[in-house]
Amino acid sequence: MTKTLVWVEHDNATVKDATLSTVTAAAQLGEVHLLVAGSGAQAVADAAAKIAGVGKVHLADSPAFANALAENVAPLIVELMASHDAFVAPATSNGKNIAPRVAALLDVAQVSDILSVEGPKTFTRPTYAGNAIATVESSDAKLVITVRGTAFAKAASEGGSGAVEAVSGGGDAGLSSFVSAEIAKSERPELTSAKVIVSGGRALKDGPTFEQVIFPLADKLKAAVGASRAAVDAGYVPNDYQVGQTGKIVAPEVYIAVGISGAIQHLAGMKDSKTIIAINKDEDAPIFQVADLGLVADLFTAVPELTGKL
Amino acid sequence: MKILVPVKRVIDYNVKPRVKSDGTGVDLANVKMSMNPFDEIAVEEAIRLKEKGVATEIVAVSVGPAKAQETLRTALAMGADRAILVQTDDEVEPLAVAKILKAIAEEETPGLVILGKQAIDDDSNQTGQMLAALLGRPQGTFASEVTVEGDSVTVKREVDGGLETVKLSLPAIVTTDLRLNEPRYASLPNIMKAKSKPLATKAPADYGVDTAPRLKTLKVSEPPVRSAGIKVADVDALVAKIKELGIA
Repeated sequence: MTKTLVWVEHDNATVKDATLSTVTAAAQLGEVHLLVAGSGAQAVADAAAKIAGVGKVHLADSPAFANALAENVAPLIVELMASHDAFVAPATSNGKNIAPRVAALLDVAQVSDILSVEGPKTFTRPTYAGNAIATVESSDAKLVITVRGTAFAKAASEGGSGAVEAVSGGGDAGLSSFVSAEIAKSERPELTSAKVIVSGGRALKDGPTFEQVIFPLADKLKAAVGASRAAVDAGYVPNDYQVGQTGKIVAPEVYIAVGISGAIQHLAGMKDSKTIIAINKDEDAPIFQVADLGLVADLFTAVPELTGKL
Repeated sequence: MKILVPVKRVIDYNVKPRVKSDGTGVDLANVKMSMNPFDEIAVEEAIRLKEKGVATEIVAVSVGPAKAQETLRTALAMGADRAILVQTDDEVEPLAVAKILKAIAEEETPGLVILGKQAIDDDSNQTGQMLAALLGRPQGTFASEVTVEGDSVTVKREVDGGLETVKLSLPAIVTTDLRLNEPRYASLPNIMKAKSKPLATKAPADYGVDTAPRLKTLKVSEPPVRSAGIKVADVDALVAKIKELGIA
């Protein structure tokens, strides 16, 4: 039976939701083992062991793995791949950073951002900003895969009873070091796992206007806040708000696009949302071609009115 | 320090790709092609490092068909010094591109290789990381700021929660994110000058690289089409619909 090794995405305290979707994808290939790499990550490993359907949890605990530097963790993964058939990582910024380095060290091709598992070595994945879906079959002995979180259901975070086993790895490769991080603080739900997202575009004019118009509506709906690239580039909100081909891929229950025209790069990030609602004053905006519900109106009057009436 | 900048010729980002009716791929006949947007940013960053006196020479390289020469000429017109075309009509996967780039990097010994973070056609986001692995060098992916100091480079990276800064020892591999810079337009005199800049043509075999694909594309299909929605008359109608969805 195929043994998969899943990269556990975590913040040193909790297991991130992206891991749970990845476990679901990996379980379709075979037995699921996890890798928790970090520094002081015992609690994460214990939590990971409870994920339903998980076998062994490998815990690599060392200062060298504290910030998931690819130069340090890739050799560790390669070492573990001697006894696994597939390395499966979520297509998060860590997954996208690390997995190709692992693939090259194993001399195998990587299958990026899979949407489904069609067979033991066959997968579907989006190309051309989601405008074409390719079905690909790997001919390599070992698989390296990244998984689009929104395409797979989340595995239950309770019910499993995996055994935690320590692994050491090679430590610090001495090529790179972590300097600092500026993580945006938010009380709102995380963008990639939110049920409802309210997203703003260039039409919001500036940062304070974006906050005045979008945030109250988002708060009313307990929604996460997203943005188009235009809104991010214009500096209305930080870039981790960006939804699209080059930003985050989301598929919430409801996606509300406010003042977003709907360029293909933006649609690539949100068109799998269950219900799309668009508010735009341009009735020919491409966003209306994918929106289930559209309102042609000036957002500066319509959105506050909507917020007030909900 | 020399900088190597790999560039890819891809479908223009404004074009809506059409899947061929026989499901073998995307129709690229008579479609506008351009330099991959992330690669333009890579070229621009290399030029800025040269303008700051950090870089001495910029070598642009592309793996692709004869027409990829146009993409290299664009890089030369922006400010690259010379170009290498590794010519092949086959589709070359990221791993094989990384192996070709490794061989070129070993010949050219660049201090930095700057690549785009992903090509907008295959959306793989792999080549830079694979090259770093093959060369045993550090990688600064999804860069939004690059600062070279002495024998190291500090890279501010765009990560899921915000930004992260890492310090890499040189030589290093950097991949660009959209916010790294705003690429310049090539002026007409520079386009003319670019025509006389050196462009060497090679083949994958010159570097001993087998470009046979590891992934077989069984089928390419259109994504599921969303059914057309409705337009509501006013905010009250929208409120009613949102309440029906049960989110408020």
